Amino acid sequence: MTDTIHARSTHLQELEAESIHILRETVAEFANPVMLYSIGKDSQVLLHLARKAFHPAPLPFPLLHVDTTWKFRDMYTFRDTFVARHGLRLIVHQNRKALAEGINPFDHGSQKYTHAMKTQALLEALTLHGFDAAFGGARRDEEKSRAKERVFSFRDKHGQWDPRRQRPELWNLYNGRVDAGESMRVFPLSNWTELDVWHYVLRERIPVVPLYFAAERPVIDRNGSLLMVDDERMRLRPGERPTLRRVRFRTLGCYPLSGAIESSATTVEAVIHEMVHARQSERQGRLIDHDEEGSMELKKREGYF
Amino acid sequence: MDTALQAALPSDVQQLLDEHSNRALLRLAVVGSVDDGKSTLIGRLLYECDGLFEDQISAVRRASAKRAAARTEVPPELLAQGLKAAAGAGDEEELDFSLFTDGLRAEREQGITIDVAYRYLSTARRKIIIADTPGHLQYTRNMATGASTADAGVILVDARLGVLPQTRRHAYIASLLGIPYLAVVVNKMDLVGYDRATFERIGTQLGDFALTLGFEGVRLFPISASRGDNITRASPRTPWFDGGTLLSWLESLPHQRRLDGAPFRFPVQYVLRPHQDYRGLAGQVASGTVRVGDEVQVLPSGRRTRVEAIDTFDGPREEASATASITLRLADEVDVSRGDLLSHVDQPPLALQYLDAMLVWFGEQPLDATRRYLVKQATRTAPANIERVLWRKELEDLSEVPAESLSLNDIGRVRLVCRRPLLCDPYEENRRTGAFIVIDALTHDTVGAGMVLGPAETTSRTAQSLVSRDERWKHLGQSGAVVLLPTTPDAEQRAFALERALFERGLHVATVHGDVEVAQALARAGLLALVHVHAPQVRRTLREEARDAGLGWWELEESESVERWTERLASTRENKS
Repeated sequence: MTDTIHARSTHLQELEAESIHILRETVAEFANPVMLYSIGKDSQVLLHLARKAFHPAPLPFPLLHVDTTWKFRDMYTFRDTFVARHGLRLIVHQNRKALAEGINPFDHGSQKYTHAMKTQALLEALTLHGFDAAFGGARRDEEKSRAKERVFSFRDKHGQWDPRRQRPELWNLYNGRVDAGESMRVFPLSNWTELDVWHYVLRERIPVVPLYFAAERPVIDRNGSLLMVDDERMRLRPGERPTLRRVRFRTLGCYPLSGAIESSATTVEAVIHEMVHARQSERQGRLIDHDEEGSMELKKREGYF
Repeated sequence: MDTALQAALPSDVQQLLDEHSNRALLRLAVVGSVDDGKSTLIGRLLYECDGLFEDQISAVRRASAKRAAARTEVPPELLAQGLKAAAGAGDEEELDFSLFTDGLRAEREQGITIDVAYRYLSTARRKIIIADTPGHLQYTRNMATGASTADAGVILVDARLGVLPQTRRHAYIASLLGIPYLAVVVNKMDLVGYDRATFERIGTQLGDFALTLGFEGVRLFPISASRGDNITRASPRTPWFDGGTLLSWLESLPHQRRLDGAPFRFPVQYVLRPHQDYRGLAGQVASGTVRVGDEVQVLPSGRRTRVEAIDTFDGPREEASATASITLRLADEVDVSRGDLLSHVDQPPLALQYLDAMLVWFGEQPLDATRRYLVKQATRTAPANIERVLWRKELEDLSEVPAESLSLNDIGRVRLVCRRPLLCDPYEENRRTGAFIVIDALTHDTVGAGMVLGPAETTSRTAQSLVSRDERWKHLGQSGAVVLLPTTPDAEQRAFALERALFERGLHVATVHGDVEVAQALARAGLLALVHVHAPQVRRTLREEARDAGLGWWELEESESVERWTERLASTRENKS
């Protein structure tokens, strides 16, 4: 029994093989797929897997960045450099109408803003280009509501998700049948955890936005969230003054809606160490004062889907 | 972080990552109804294996303490404990572990219900994906979904209630879906005073039953999910039990032994053709192992060739085993496309058009023998009819009863007729190539999960006509072919123009709009069937089926004119006749 435990494939290899299978299956079954590219670590991993899946051919689909115009400046720089270096096809889509109406995260609240600049914008872009499948980097371990998400998530003609029409998923047999106008969201990273993603970033030397690593950054403390003042558009409340603190981000989105954490982790190894160390401390039970950091909620807000 | 920690960092992380990378993946299905303590067991496992984040734990601490405080009959000392836990003192026995899966309850209230949820767990030796499946009989389909990928199953039994018909049904479905290893967890042992006789009575009863189902291994554990007995730590409260913990069992299970040992199967997923000199067959090794130089055959054509190279992004490899995703290059330019399957020449799979299978029905509409379905097996999708239901499994007593049809959540044995042969193995021998899903051709819903048993014992379909295809073709002076027009807005007009032009040149020709069956029938009869259709799936099916049926195949280029097409088609025909 024991010798078979040292199986030929370890779990990262197996996750990688499964994700590649999903990527290829989608491209084989759909006429016009696209990969949503949000410039975060999950996007980077997904993109890396896609390059593996179709090597030595170029990516058989473009990338789509749904741009709210409020991303961190570092993210835009990273995006443009990365895309240029690898000769990738990138479509940037913004909700022009909402921009013209001046919708922003300060005046309209995160919900309305997210709906207009992310959800609406995404649906606009999918319709405009006639995409029938869209890859996303969502993982099931992100939060409880995602624990039930399918790998192939069916959307109706209005891009909407109807829980009653979700297709059961068995084995590795994905049902990619859609009618004209209907589409599929495909999540090849469904079975990855946050630690898997970081481990893979380290193992494969995948470049990620520097904001994931600790540096001195100008931040304000608003209701316990550390918000970075990335440009002059940040609205400061009376008494708020940015101070330089050593912070990094666990998830990246629009800068006025992304909370930083204090950290000194400047390498991928250190990030992993910090993550695991925080987990171990869970057991020791010193928690109650810590939970307001609300990374889960920020992730929720960040989500496209 | 202080400097001492910084100094300790490299070896610490290295060790962690070494552990992390050496862990094999285990997929586990946990079944049992809510009352059996399933949520509590999963919550306990996640908690004790560090599978939870701080905010999740503290939220549950607060909720648990609140519940304790709200219970008026709670003795003061217990209440004090609950509050202590809330303050982070760590008396974990007062945590309500079922609350860790509480998100599901909210979803149930919103009507999303009954779905499988997946949870992720890491131990020192394993990474475990837990399919958290609702166990109610009504949700058989969800249990089947969770069980379809599982390497092991855990079934809960309430120690006070013993083996229920429900327990038997769960064990049956687990065996049907081919889960090799099963743990029967007798839960709530604390409520029967950790009574050894109770545990042994349940164990004997269930063990005898499970043996008849053919599991490779069945183990029993006396546990209390709420108190944490024998889950990750051996319990002092069951000194009479020396069978280890549930976790150590999970860590000791073999991993994918069956796939590695099975014959080599490589369903072609996608053909990579970046330039003229490269043609790679992309896919995931479904089972077995392939090496460079191996002699392989391409099915269904049966053409033989050798594996010239195994390519990956990270460089060439000498061999690859299940379940690696790779790209194969072959020594000869044989015709291979998606849906074909490669195997070693001495160990081919079955190629079945008429087959018997076990089917779990998911459709809201009952199975309809006259309705068109699609069967997706490996990378091949084929139109199919479910000719008849041979019997249905009565889940109350596991007997086989005669049935006309299958309704939602029914399980039965059926006879299937596929328009293209499935390149498969009996499910018992190969879970990857023996599995298929049934898709409703009209609604596109996934309506069934199937497991191949073997060829159908049927003879009724052999003689289809007394006139052979070749006789017809000779008679007409031309061989039939399917001609696919490019997807331009004026495809229909161009088809008609082409039809007219070819007709005037004396050819037998007809225009078809997108019907695969009609196009094939016409081509078999000797006509040139000019097909115009936009749907990529129909175009693909058309191509695949024409190839399988050995019919002539033309795909016209958009850049050429109708005149040019006419010339080319007519000249080949004229040369032939």
